[in-house]
Amino acid sequence: MKLSFTARIMLLTMMGFGFAFIYVPLTLVVINSFNKNTSFAWPPTGFTTSWWTKAASNEGVRDAISRSFFVALFATLIALVLGSLAAAAIARYKFFGRDVISLLFVLPIALPGIVTGIALNNVFTNFLGELTIFTIIIGHATFCIVVVFNNVAARYRRLSSSMEEASMDLGANRFTTFRLVTFPLLRSAIVAGALLSFALSFDEIIVTTFTAGAGQTTLPIWIFQNLFRPNQAPVVNVVAAALILVSIIPIYLSQLLTRETSTR
Amino acid sequence: MTTTIRARRLLHRNSGARVTTLLALPLFWLVVLYIGSLAALFVTSIWKIDTFTSKVVREFTFQNFIDVFTDKAYFNVTIRTLFVAICVTLICAFIAIPMAFFMARVARPKYRPVLIALVITPLWASYLVKIYAWRTMFYPEKGFVNWLIQPLGGSSPGFGIFAVIIGLTYLWLPYMVLPIYAGMEKLPNSVLDASSDLGAKSGRTFFSIILPITWPAIIAGSVFTFSLSMGDYITVQILGGTFQMLGNVVYQNFSLNLPFAAAVALIPVLIMMVYLGSIRKTGALDNL
Amino acid sequence: METPLFATHSCVAVEGGKVRVIKLRKFAALMAASTLVLAGCSSSSDEEGSGAYAGPVKDTPGTINVLAWPGYAEDGSTDPNVDWVTPFEKATGCTVNVKTYGTSDEAVQLMQAGGYDVISASGDASLRLIYGGDLQPVNLDLIPNYADIFDNLKDRPWNTVDGKNYGVPHGRGANVLQYTIGKVNPAPTSWSVVWEPNSPAKGKVTAYDSAIYIADAAVYLMSTKPELGITDPYALDQTQFDAAMALLAQQKPLIAEYWADYTKYIGAVQSGSITVGTSWQVIANVLNGEKATVGAVKPVEGATGWSDTWMISSKTEAIDCAYKWLNHIITPNVNAQAAEYFGEAPANSKACALTANPDHCKLYHAEETDYWSNVYYWKTPTEQCLDGRTDAKCVPYAEWVKAWSSFRNS
Repeated sequence: MKLSFTARIMLLTMMGFGFAFIYVPLTLVVINSFNKNTSFAWPPTGFTTSWWTKAASNEGVRDAISRSFFVALFATLIALVLGSLAAAAIARYKFFGRDVISLLFVLPIALPGIVTGIALNNVFTNFLGELTIFTIIIGHATFCIVVVFNNVAARYRRLSSSMEEASMDLGANRFTTFRLVTFPLLRSAIVAGALLSFALSFDEIIVTTFTAGAGQTTLPIWIFQNLFRPNQAPVVNVVAAALILVSIIPIYLSQLLTRETSTR
Repeated sequence: MTTTIRARRLLHRNSGARVTTLLALPLFWLVVLYIGSLAALFVTSIWKIDTFTSKVVREFTFQNFIDVFTDKAYFNVTIRTLFVAICVTLICAFIAIPMAFFMARVARPKYRPVLIALVITPLWASYLVKIYAWRTMFYPEKGFVNWLIQPLGGSSPGFGIFAVIIGLTYLWLPYMVLPIYAGMEKLPNSVLDASSDLGAKSGRTFFSIILPITWPAIIAGSVFTFSLSMGDYITVQILGGTFQMLGNVVYQNFSLNLPFAAAVALIPVLIMMVYLGSIRKTGALDNL
Repeated sequence: METPLFATHSCVAVEGGKVRVIKLRKFAALMAASTLVLAGCSSSSDEEGSGAYAGPVKDTPGTINVLAWPGYAEDGSTDPNVDWVTPFEKATGCTVNVKTYGTSDEAVQLMQAGGYDVISASGDASLRLIYGGDLQPVNLDLIPNYADIFDNLKDRPWNTVDGKNYGVPHGRGANVLQYTIGKVNPAPTSWSVVWEPNSPAKGKVTAYDSAIYIADAAVYLMSTKPELGITDPYALDQTQFDAAMALLAQQKPLIAEYWADYTKYIGAVQSGSITVGTSWQVIANVLNGEKATVGAVKPVEGATGWSDTWMISSKTEAIDCAYKWLNHIITPNVNAQAAEYFGEAPANSKACALTANPDHCKLYHAEETDYWSNVYYWKTPTEQCLDGRTDAKCVPYAEWVKAWSSFRNS
């Protein structure tokens, strides 16, 4: 498409502004992780790497990270199974109530997190008795299902069913067809959904506040507890900076993966 | 014939049976666990609390709804929350549309994964840390924003509705960029070429062709920004000063007056249901 | 002044309904020797029993989740040199997980949600938890250090119900007026700097983000509008209550932020967005850690305050560790450390000799009575007026919460 000169300039400016808007606060986070002054006034007054060494030896952080990892892993696994099953049903079959059910699968993300949080908290404390790490996983899985569902259903819709029909015409039963034909085609969508679901669960704070029991500190909860504490806030910045840096690679890889079937 | 073979035959022949087996587990989870807990919560809104211990007492009353709808404060806070959600959605769209278009159609294909990765990366920086960074940026004397605009004669707006809108826009921008990017990617080249062949300049092509085609994707992005803003209370606590939104009302009353909190929680739920219902026709839900 | 507030409640109501009575009947069989005398329960005094742990306290290891006000159970995470939890863990083999909370409302909610074994509760939370069945009576025979507690902190209405003790006192203090030195001139001695529209600190004032703050408005009205006739800031009839709410509305334009998280408050003062407001001594102490940046006073009008009690959850599974903690925290040495770190009057009379600053107890008026005459300890307002009036109905706390919620959102 031919773009006029002004259009090109405008687009580039918006891109520049957009990326500046996104990255200035993140750069500040990284800078503050080296800031001597704990009140984060700007401009920073002194440079120090002591916060990084403190963070490395901080047990609370490590504990929180591993708990978050555990929760995100299991929530993603549950979401993968349930989300893919539901996506297969919704995208491939027409049946009575399909629209309603497909709306149902959007609700956990469309309704505000605090509503999901207090609803689950109410049920867990009244019927299950107490909050544990499993109640956190259940809460997270509920909205992770949506993410996986969306990705896999979108991919199903782009794939015509002719491949599957051909496979069955050639004698494969449904399970073999799924295993050898459908699954490889869905794979990158499943991976994309899993990565997004993992990211969502890892950083989730609102629903987690309501479903975590005493002492069940996930990383966001640990951050929330330490965010304003004068001696711990810089450690929080270190953790955030580390997370950003560590996550760039898997994100880039996942982008390469999802592109393989969507070239135009 | 073994039962496995019978079951497989039944599944193979009967598409209804297939759908049921596929949907059984997910529906169980969502309907029993999720919808069930929502229902249990909203049932609570017609109960009362023991005025001294704050524990829920299962006696029927409409008082909670009367309190919510007659008190002007709650009407005000609903309007304010809607205002913030709409502002955030509009600003996000304003920034996201050009960005997504550039990434999807103007940037060279080999740079696209990098650009998308750059947009997604902030999602991995903790929500809390990002908002706290904005808090330090908005400090009245020593903040970054103050430092930036002081030479121009301005000063930091401080904590309040403006800071909340900026903070929420910042948080949800990637959620708006991604669906719009996906929508822009799908634009058929032929249509764009035809448009310029027919003499339309870039601006005309944009408003008459691109925008209408990607409209469902834009609406899909707005579902995220709108719903995430409607229920947010943490950003408001950190950036809002004395400003409050619906999420804060629910959060403050949740522990001491669960029935009342449930009644208030109905407001954003109803608003979102109306919004979702009205956008179904645009096909946006397929673009999430 | 402390009326037998709930004399009208029968034992059944006190225990929160039938279920509790049945539970206590079971415990009656296990009843051990207790020094507690049951008063007021005419019909079922035999079956009630104490419900408290019979003891003796064994050396079973365990884990206790402790809900505490900030500064009460320091475990080294705020300041590595401030730690009286780790020595306890080492000596007893009990593991302690501390969670701090910002308001009594938060404390009530967390306790009711479950999972916590021990709590340091102020007077406005303790009775709600006792009546809600979330706490168990404490057998004071099993806590040797209790003997040294100041007499005027023992058997108070907020920690003793119908003769049953529910915990051991921790300390008491007033909510102070804190101001940033140099930013508020002259140094304030009256609450007027946070309430009056012409305050020099307009836009940089803070207030406590809890419905209980309405009592602070009432305290100010006691001096400025004596015609309202308020004698107890927690016993407000509708007229007095409306006046307090009006004062709060008048204050709102002055407020930068309401605070419930003390660490956020510290950051805001350091950054200059808040210069004056109600605070706790521990916040001022942290801010003055390296050099004096804030001053803290009890203004001439008096102040609200708190008298806290360590209490045990009714559902705890580590009862021995819980009792050991209660005994540990009121050890003269530990009580002295805690009282000094936080900045409050200790509960143990022997702690005064052990504080690092020999004048600590004098500074915090631990052994005086005059100082406390205009400190109004947090307690939960009820319909039955707490000041003893029978000709008026007072506004109960649930209405305070409703009015506060409406006010904060208006």
